[in-house]
Amino acid sequence: MIKAHGHIDYETSVIDVRNVSKSFGKLDVLRGVDLQLFKGENLVVLGRSGTGKSVLIKLISGLLRPDTGTIEVLGEQVNELDEKALQLLRLKIGFSFQNSALYDSMTVRENLEFPLVRNKRHLTRGEINHEVEDVLDSVGLLPAINQMPSELSGGQRKRIGIARTLILRPEIMLYDEPTAGLDPITCIEINGLINEVQEKYKTSSIIITHDLACAKSVGDRIVMLLDGRFEREGSFDAIFDTDDERVKPFYDYNFIK
Amino acid sequence: MKKVSRILIELAQIHRFVMQFFRELVLPPYEVKEIIRQCYEVGWKSLPLISLTGFITGLVFTNQSRPSLAEFGATSWLPALISIAIIRALAPLVTALIASGKVGSQIGAELGSMKVTEQIDAMEVSGTNPFKFLVVSRVVATTITIPILSCYTACVGLLGAFLSVNQFEATSFTVYVNQVFEAVSYLDVFSLVLKAVVFGFTIGIVGCYQGYNSSKGTEGVGKAANWAVVMSMFLIFVEEILIVQIIQAMRA
Repeated sequence: MIKAHGHIDYETSVIDVRNVSKSFGKLDVLRGVDLQLFKGENLVVLGRSGTGKSVLIKLISGLLRPDTGTIEVLGEQVNELDEKALQLLRLKIGFSFQNSALYDSMTVRENLEFPLVRNKRHLTRGEINHEVEDVLDSVGLLPAINQMPSELSGGQRKRIGIARTLILRPEIMLYDEPTAGLDPITCIEINGLINEVQEKYKTSSIIITHDLACAKSVGDRIVMLLDGRFEREGSFDAIFDTDDERVKPFYDYNFIK
Repeated sequence: MKKVSRILIELAQIHRFVMQFFRELVLPPYEVKEIIRQCYEVGWKSLPLISLTGFITGLVFTNQSRPSLAEFGATSWLPALISIAIIRALAPLVTALIASGKVGSQIGAELGSMKVTEQIDAMEVSGTNPFKFLVVSRVVATTITIPILSCYTACVGLLGAFLSVNQFEATSFTVYVNQVFEAVSYLDVFSLVLKAVVFGFTIGIVGCYQGYNSSKGTEGVGKAANWAVVMSMFLIFVEEILIVQIIQAMRA
């Protein structure tokens, strides 16, 4: 049932979300969500736009606070941490934003240096340069080191965004729509990169997407967010083996059935 | 009723924002490098505009004041009149208005655009306190540089005024400087610095508040920049009235 994809430790959960709800005004986005991410696993969260997928990973990274429920990340309760402890925990979580969120006013090198300089103050200039070049090489964009974000294509921006999160060597990666707005070839490259990251950096990842090709390519396990809850869970084939009218259009549209 | 509650909520948010600024200001780590960079952005880059505006203000004010004094045969009082007007009122006010247009809008737009494109969130998740890095550094920079710029504007304005006085009244530079400093008291210089500090803080905090809390979308960025200018200009005039009353009370 579970797709073979790297070495997953099903005994150890790195993220444990229990009965989490989140509303914005009168809109109930998440209604008692439960979720576990195991060590070394790539978990794909599928769902329609506006169903709260991005809200979920913002809750996990502490950017938002849940109305009810608990979120445990690497053994720590996110909601109970003070600002300093939360900052330390965040160093172990890499967050790849939908629009890459590169700092416009900085070059690629400065974008990558920023988290390093601020969080690893003991590093020498030479060590920082080495780290930046190493991680840029991992995403295949070393030649773009001195370019500004505005000079990069959408796919390149995504790669640099992922590189910036990898530079702190996170244990968990959260990808928010990694292939949104990209052409099919670039999507394949990004999917490959997500798998490479999992293998090279031994990360556990949550990938938020509505791109089924991405889900199939990178997901060890897939969960589907329907009406504010995870109603379906399993391998890619198991998820879509249903007559549920809320699920079928996903498959039919993505694979032009 | 809804409007009243919206205003009250907004006021509470502003209060919380300002309190957070003072809390982050005193708590380490201190963003010294970023503050210096922002001082350069705010101060040095505003210098050409401030120079031109200050110079023209001094020159035009002198030319406009001359006919009124000439009616009483009192054009020899021009340096004293100009120095009082420039140091007590014009220098901090002109500097603050120019800065709120240039710097306030820039801060509002920059932070607004960072908010909309999730750059502030990205900073937060990468272990950096964005409030300290973005807001505290900018507000401290405007609070430091606007007083310096105001003193500079006063000097440039007095220089512009000297050109006019020298041309029409044939007053030498030494006599002019003597007359200028005879008319000005320490309290006048104190009022210039006090006003400039308050104006600088206002420009920084309003720009940052508008940008940091801008709503999603490009429309929000434009709104943040626009409101940063409108609100800071409005507050600068209100503060001008209040500080003048305080200084007058001290003078009495």
